[in-house]
Amino acid sequence: MKEINVTQTLEKNKDFLQRLREESGQDPGQCFQCMKCTGGCPVQFTMDYPPSQIMRMLQDGLVDEVLNSFTIHTCATCATCTTRCPRDIDIAKLMDTLRVIAHHKGIVGKGKNMHVFHSTFMNSIKNHGRLYEVGLALGLNLGTGNLMQDTDLGLPMFLKGKLSLLPHNVKGTGEIKKLYDYAKKIGE
Amino acid sequence: MKLSYYPGCGLNGSSKELDISIRAISGPLGIDIVEVPDWNCCGGTSAHSTGHFLSFALPARNVVNAETSGCDEFTAPCPACYVRHFLAQKDFNENPKMRQHFETALGKKFEDSDIKIKNLIEVFIDKIDASIVKKPLKGLKVVNYYGCALVKPPKTFSFFDDPENPQSLEKIMSTLGAESIEWPYKTECCGASLCFTNQDAVWKAGRDILQMAKDSGAQAIVVACTMCQMNLDMRQSQINKKYKTNFNIPVMYFTQLMGLAMGIPAEKLGFDKLYVDAKPLLQSLNLI
Repeated sequence: MKEINVTQTLEKNKDFLQRLREESGQDPGQCFQCMKCTGGCPVQFTMDYPPSQIMRMLQDGLVDEVLNSFTIHTCATCATCTTRCPRDIDIAKLMDTLRVIAHHKGIVGKGKNMHVFHSTFMNSIKNHGRLYEVGLALGLNLGTGNLMQDTDLGLPMFLKGKLSLLPHNVKGTGEIKKLYDYAKKIGE
Repeated sequence: MKLSYYPGCGLNGSSKELDISIRAISGPLGIDIVEVPDWNCCGGTSAHSTGHFLSFALPARNVVNAETSGCDEFTAPCPACYVRHFLAQKDFNENPKMRQHFETALGKKFEDSDIKIKNLIEVFIDKIDASIVKKPLKGLKVVNYYGCALVKPPKTFSFFDDPENPQSLEKIMSTLGAESIEWPYKTECCGASLCFTNQDAVWKAGRDILQMAKDSGAQAIVVACTMCQMNLDMRQSQINKKYKTNFNIPVMYFTQLMGLAMGIPAEKLGFDKLYVDAKPLLQSLNLI
């Protein structure tokens, strides 16, 4: 088992933990490890660290491990943890903020699929103002290398009139562009 | 009553039957649907996973556009979209920094937003009483599946229903004449958008939910969420393939069942858009 010097990790990551508290409005230090979040988490079985362990790691300043974990990407934001936390910590909001910070730092970690999905999704909105599902599916499968994913659903969706082969653009694409440009300007 | 209506990308495409059934029942209930002018995608999970500004600004643009339509109430039937718009309005009114960013980006000033943002159940629950029921759904046994986004987390959204054991769909089904079976998976998460990025999680969640519905003795699952509906209905064939199961459980929107009970023909309620055919069940009960 790897030994860690908590005094050192906390000192080294002081600024990060402060930023996390400010951006999320939550303090992981409040967690007393009751594990209700982990007990109720519907996707915990796919995580590398259960939610309660992520909380403990943040208390110990293990920031790199947290930002590189699969857990922060596979959290489905269902907020069952938040609903049940006896310390009133919005754990789902913390996970969300960790994802955002990892994204801004360019850390993909174990969340390659999610990274490809989110980038393709956001580009689709940037270009059209609305989601172009065919473009998203193509971009996702090409980006992740899972070329056959959901190809079984394409034809049934099309036959039910649920799949548009061409994108629909909003009239205000100029306004959408202004919002995206501004996000870039303020470092988002 | 005029209702500002945000279909979102889902109801425009993959969840068409929800859009069709909402429009079909709204007229007879005295609701005048007014689509949000030039609405854009709310950014969904991707926006709030990658930044703070766009996850606020994209739905905020819809909220300010909705304010121009002269409606007192707004709904986004997809619960994920609903959550984004609810939070965006809150930030718009209460977070001056975010508001300022938004106004600077668009080069315009806006008034405070006071349109009431409601989820789909809230829109209809007060409009349903015995007087609208022309054809009771007698003999139909269902489990009601709320999923997570509609009811959690309660402190953020000041929801109208209990986060662990909600009852509003039960109330609606009881008025329509259907029998609701109590079951433990009402608010389990279906995995939502992980269906694109971590399919194992969604298939297992779906399998567990379908199995529990079957074991509870339900003939069908009633939903109010587009993500839940797709993950349980469209992906039921994938779940059957993965787990060698043979589920054949229709997953219908409560709005479709409202329409049926109100005497609206099934073809006008988008039943043909479901992947697991609900017609054999409804025919066996003489409901269509």
